[in-house]
Amino acid sequence: MGSYLVKRLAYSLFVIWGAVTIVFVVVRMIPGDPAQLMVGAEGTRADVEALRHRFGLDQPLPVQYVRYLGQAAQLNFGDSLRLEVPAAEAVSQRLPATALLAATAMVFGVGVSMPLGILAAMHRQSIIDRAVSVVSLLGQSVPNFWLGIMFILIFARGLRWFPSAGTGGVDHLVLPAATLALLLIGVLTRLVRSGLLDVLDEEYVRSAYAKGLTLRRVISRHALPNMLIPVVTVVGLQLGSLLAGAVIVETVFGWAGVGRLLVDAISNRDYPIVQVAILFITTGFILVNLLVDLSYAYLDPRIRYR
Amino acid sequence: MRLRQRRRARRLAAWAIPIAIFVVVAVVGPILVPYDPVTVRLGERLRPPGAVLADGTRAWLGTDQVGKDLVAQVLQGARISLLVGVATVVAAGAIGMAAGVPAGYFGGALDSFLMRFADLQLAFPSLLLAILIAAVLGRSVTNVIITLSVTRWVTFARVTRATTLATREREFVMAARATGANTNRIMGRHIVPLTITPLIVVATVELGLVILAEASLSFLGLGTPPDHPSWGLVIANGRNYLSTAWWISTIPGIALSLVILSVGLFGDQLNDFLNPKTVSK
Repeated sequence: MGSYLVKRLAYSLFVIWGAVTIVFVVVRMIPGDPAQLMVGAEGTRADVEALRHRFGLDQPLPVQYVRYLGQAAQLNFGDSLRLEVPAAEAVSQRLPATALLAATAMVFGVGVSMPLGILAAMHRQSIIDRAVSVVSLLGQSVPNFWLGIMFILIFARGLRWFPSAGTGGVDHLVLPAATLALLLIGVLTRLVRSGLLDVLDEEYVRSAYAKGLTLRRVISRHALPNMLIPVVTVVGLQLGSLLAGAVIVETVFGWAGVGRLLVDAISNRDYPIVQVAILFITTGFILVNLLVDLSYAYLDPRIRYR
Repeated sequence: MRLRQRRRARRLAAWAIPIAIFVVVAVVGPILVPYDPVTVRLGERLRPPGAVLADGTRAWLGTDQVGKDLVAQVLQGARISLLVGVATVVAAGAIGMAAGVPAGYFGGALDSFLMRFADLQLAFPSLLLAILIAAVLGRSVTNVIITLSVTRWVTFARVTRATTLATREREFVMAARATGANTNRIMGRHIVPLTITPLIVVATVELGLVILAEASLSFLGLGTPPDHPSWGLVIANGRNYLSTAWWISTIPGIALSLVILSVGLFGDQLNDFLNPKTVSK
């Protein structure tokens, strides 16, 4: 377990370095001089040069890169070009809002897909099964930004059950989290259903029936624990699209998270914020998948890491 | 046996009908109801679906915030979706094949380099990478295609590599090698044709994802420019008029969902058709 952990950690670090580098390269290709943009139309040439020097934009690219790597290791990404605070700080302030949104969506998603998938598998080929597969197909097909707008139209403007935008109490959280959860529901319901059907063919399930256990007990004690691994894997992998989806959902609902900060920063050409936002989201995704890998041994005692 | 084969093919063709309709609408629609990006009719703004306009015509799907007919926009949007979807899948498939076949065939350093790079890219949530690249390239239809090809080639590369790995040890490849065929010929004539079938399944799935990604980018203002009304863009435009004109955002979204849904359904059927052993229960 120890050496596996080290190897897996080293690999995660490598991937994070890769992400840092890709972001650096891509961001430097943005046309338009951020210094010029900040100074505005009435700024003089000297103002622009001074700003470029202050942010190190006048150095050659390799120098910028080495400096950037050194600073990234200390989580120092420079000040936001707009907000005049350290970029890492500006993004960190928004992290809890995004984490809350993603976590709530995940709870919604798992909470809806598990029962739906189990129900569909128990009543295979019935009306219920068909209905569930329609729901999961819709979940995979309906664009979440549009769904969010429809939710606003129906539940905020029409029925006035929830506020249409903003960050605040639980009522502000419901619509964005439900929108984001749909993404997960589509994928997960299908997986739970087919995973359960696979497991139900196994010998140990047949023996459990032979012992006289009820369907309910066979599923909860024998079948479900054995299909958790694919479910956990997919939930971990889906976290990436959930976080990317959060960028869009936050824009739709005006939720003050990292995603909205990122979209705003892109239109302002605020390099440091863009870098930090993308890096934090990507790193979160990588770390969660690391945890998912490590949790396999716990979920399935047959798996032993060497 | 043959009869069953034919019946399965016919069922597959039935699932392709919605996609065929989409293609026809995208190709023919804008010719019948041309989209005019310039003319603004402020007197006709925010008219509801079915309203009769001052010139006597009927706006079946209503008009938007500057008085443009939504029918024309939805048809034009279909064309943009189809164009971006097909162009991206073809480009990403070509890149993926160009990387995947040599990686699988030669193995070694080339393979590990390409696959490590693919892993790196997969560590990014793909939409996030698309947002980053699209922001750099700026708004245009071509740039959306470039962005999405760059973010989606990995899947194609992985699938081609896997097929190539399985194929390269097959007897006919060894026979070709024994007869003295050179490497390019073996890859081009013997391996590439076998990678096509799995690629088609992947391409169908990817087509839906690409259309969705294009709409998302355009919704964020990072996709097609304002004179190219992609569905995502029209939906974004309608956001400010939700209380007065629900139809602007609603209608293109229905079109978009239907297209993605039919592509998804067809993809499932195609997969079952080509891999009958793994038919979903």
